[in-house]
Amino acid sequence: MDSVAATDTEQAVTAAFEPRIIAFVCNWCTYTGADLAGTSRIQMAPNVRIIRLPCTGRIDPLFIVKAFERGADGVIVSGCHPGDCHYSSGNFHARRRFAVAREIMGFFGIDTGRVVFSWVSASEGRKWSEVVNDATSQVRALGPFTAYRDLAAGKG
Amino acid sequence: MRELIGLCQKLLRDGDVKVVIGYEEGPRGVRPAVITDPAGCERLVFDHRAVHNLVAYLSPRRGHLRDLGRAAVVVKGCDVAAFATLLRESQLEREGAVLVGVRCGGVYRSAAGSGPLDEKNVADRCGDCGLREPGTVDHLVGELPAAPPVSGRRAARIAEIENMSPAERFAYWREVLADCVRCNACRSACPLCVCERCLADKTDPRWVESSPHPRGNLSWHMARALHLAGRCVDCGDCERACPFGIPLTLINGKVGLVMRERFGFAPGEDPEVPAPIGTFDTDDSQEFIR
Repeated sequence: MDSVAATDTEQAVTAAFEPRIIAFVCNWCTYTGADLAGTSRIQMAPNVRIIRLPCTGRIDPLFIVKAFERGADGVIVSGCHPGDCHYSSGNFHARRRFAVAREIMGFFGIDTGRVVFSWVSASEGRKWSEVVNDATSQVRALGPFTAYRDLAAGKG
Repeated sequence: MRELIGLCQKLLRDGDVKVVIGYEEGPRGVRPAVITDPAGCERLVFDHRAVHNLVAYLSPRRGHLRDLGRAAVVVKGCDVAAFATLLRESQLEREGAVLVGVRCGGVYRSAAGSGPLDEKNVADRCGDCGLREPGTVDHLVGELPAAPPVSGRRAARIAEIENMSPAERFAYWREVLADCVRCNACRSACPLCVCERCLADKTDPRWVESSPHPRGNLSWHMARALHLAGRCVDCGDCERACPFGIPLTLINGKVGLVMRERFGFAPGEDPEVPAPIGTFDTDDSQEFIR
């Protein structure tokens, strides 16, 4: 009886799966853009938790790994468009690092669909909402990142 | 061999160097040798078993060897690439060591290899080597041997892993890395792991769990790959040092592929060639960014 009940619960959980998405954003562009989306009252998926950093250049790829370690289902990384960096070149450096990190994470079996990269400027509140909505539906389709959680639990 | 021995003896006698780091016969194939006495240079050998990257002994982390004084190091072309990386990163000074280059015909996978080099026993990195006759060394000895055979083994294995689904890849690495006891032999053996304080040792915040736990193991090996991106010269000493035979060179090989395909970068002996990470091009491809 217990196992049946457990299965029912699991199904219920899966049906109600709401992805937990962590967004690492730069202070100058995307964070302001997200703020604009909020003040403009643009509706978007409530699944994203924003972590604000000075620059995409400050976003170590290990932040992404750490987010997955701590139970994230997906990650958004977003900052200023190339050429718009407040610190002139932080996003150019970041772009190279992310390009490599993405492929390495993919090689280790982290579905690259779980990590979304975007450039969102301070005036692109609309684009931010689209990034959030698309990332949420994309990660929802991939389902919970149970493989990583099982690592944490030492299961499997 | 006489040429190598004679040269090293002369370097020691003339006082150019205080110590020679080369290869000698050991219980299982050749092993690194640290020689301070000209007579000791008679022990030097160099052949297909000279797998180790002796530039590792020049790393600023190895202070006890540096304290011996200026060193002459026996190097293959691929080892010179590691030296160039350390120069590029201002970890060493060019005059800090005398490089005794040896023309190289490839090495075995293991220092205990024997017999003629073939596709089975040759190191994965030797196949398309363009550094068999290093040009930036202080002395160059030996005749250029025949080119080593090409092993397609690792490339095939990497392709196999790439063709798996993400879930299968995750499961694969999970299983492979389950053997890791986090002894950090890979880190210690690496000529390019030069940080005085490794992020894996940081506890505030704790970046990487230090116990041998699947989650920390995965993070550590990803961090290692990320930190060696554009730096790794593929010497394979990490994999040889691993007491559990974790196929670390698969990871390094993949990183190398990414560097070549995305940035056209391959490790070379010119420290002036900029590394791909830490530099950028405003036109870098960004097909993965929306």
